[in-house]
Amino acid sequence: MKLSYYPGCSLEATAKEYDASARTVCAALDVELADLADWNCCGATSAHNLNRLLALALPARNLVLAENAGLDLVTPCAACYSRLRTAEHTLRRGGSAARELEEAVGAPFGGRVTVLSLLEAMVKRVGLSAVEERVKRPLTGLKVACYYGCLLVRPREVTGVERPEDPVWLDDLMRRLGAEVIPWSFKTDCCGASQAITNPDVSRGLVARLLARAGEAGADALVTACPLCQTNLEMQRPTSQGAPCFYFTELMGLAFGLDGARSWLGRHLVDPFGLLRSLSLID
Amino acid sequence: MSEVSGPLAVDTAGRFADEVRRRTGQPIERCYQCAKCASGCLVAEYTDYRPNQILRMVQFGLREQVLRSRAIWVCSSCQACGARCPNGINIAAVMDGLKEMAVAEKLAVPEQGPLFHQMFMDGVRRMGRVHEAAVLARYKLKTHRLMADFGLGLRLFRKGKFPLLGSRIRRQEEIERIFSRALASGEGVTRHEAVLLPGVLAGSHGKGI
Ligand code: SF4
Ligand code: SF4
Repeated sequence: MKLSYYPGCSLEATAKEYDASARTVCAALDVELADLADWNCCGATSAHNLNRLLALALPARNLVLAENAGLDLVTPCAACYSRLRTAEHTLRRGGSAARELEEAVGAPFGGRVTVLSLLEAMVKRVGLSAVEERVKRPLTGLKVACYYGCLLVRPREVTGVERPEDPVWLDDLMRRLGAEVIPWSFKTDCCGASQAITNPDVSRGLVARLLARAGEAGADALVTACPLCQTNLEMQRPTSQGAPCFYFTELMGLAFGLDGARSWLGRHLVDPFGLLRSLSLID
Repeated sequence: MSEVSGPLAVDTAGRFADEVRRRTGQPIERCYQCAKCASGCLVAEYTDYRPNQILRMVQFGLREQVLRSRAIWVCSSCQACGARCPNGINIAAVMDGLKEMAVAEKLAVPEQGPLFHQMFMDGVRRMGRVHEAAVLARYKLKTHRLMADFGLGLRLFRKGKFPLLGSRIRRQEEIERIFSRALASGEGVTRHEAVLLPGVLAGSHGKGI
């Protein structure tokens, strides 16, 4: 299987380990990722605060590039996914909003490609059985709380997620890797996103609550599919909270027994090695 | 129609609500104050007004109080409220529209959000991509927080999360086209480059941090 790959700006910096683990895991599953040539920033969590058209037209340019490349577009970043998917939704609905958008980009969108989150691609395109077959070193004993955040699931008309209040694909994926998935009620609560920069008291409060709830539920670690969530969960936490947070791709790589896991995890600000060693999941 | 003047002036003609409805495409008038939005809003406890209050204030035409509020900027666009509103109001889209208006009317407090978002978008305009470290450093410098957060920056740098150079796209003119079209749209109020925080955007073009 071949897909266009949109890393997004965070995966070139704060979330480098997400990019590295995503590429390695995809290669192991025979998913060929072709970097989208000349991709641009999707506007992230900033453009929509300032200008509606800008927030749609920036991601729309990437859709046009993906269409020219002739491959569906996959992105690991939940925020990029949300922006790209919102633009796709607007373009597919047609009408004056779509025309205004195509005019701003200077090119039409024919609707021949779609946007996927990497998590969605794993579940829907690769398939959980194919993932499970690749597991060499099951994550036995690892108690994880799956944290989806907002942007992978909401709004439903944009994401098409069937259970936006209680999504289960990350839970299913983690179970196939051998982890113990802890039920909790805060899967889709917000981490504060870019409030971490503009109004840090907000994200500090939200992150402290998320980590406390995950701990109460019995989780030893959190799993995310978003560089914003991951960064906030690590950087905005109270010092008393030590539970590591993983990108789901890192746990896939670990369970697949792939080289590289050590270097990805070495970039974390919250040390995950203690927990993994105590469970004999890493040497 | 008569209007009461003073700080609590009520816009009985509904002009503000009409404007917000037109700009955001959201059926403001349908809100009947069930407060389902507020009960699931995680940031409500940190703000001056809850999302249902913002909706009511828009209906009442309390333009200045709404556009000066912290609530519209502290909204993280998590979309929980819109997913649950029984009247199908996308409240996050309403908040975005209000932010555009607040900026255009120079009522927004820069440090609550607009300053950062503009610096971020300014980077996108110049490079086509965002160099996270540069945007953060510039923002911290502007808000006099550079030294306070220096240790954290250093930790990120040591972890290889703050590369010194950012990447840029080749066909930057295509980004420029998008910016100029978008800024020229929006009924004259989204031309934030012209009206917004003069000096912030103007002074930063073509320069690094
Ligand atoms: S949930 Fe909808 S109808 Fe209810 S108060 Fe909020 S905006 Fe109004
Ligand atoms: S979108 Fe904004 S107003 Fe709505 S629940 Fe989330 S933070 Fe609150």
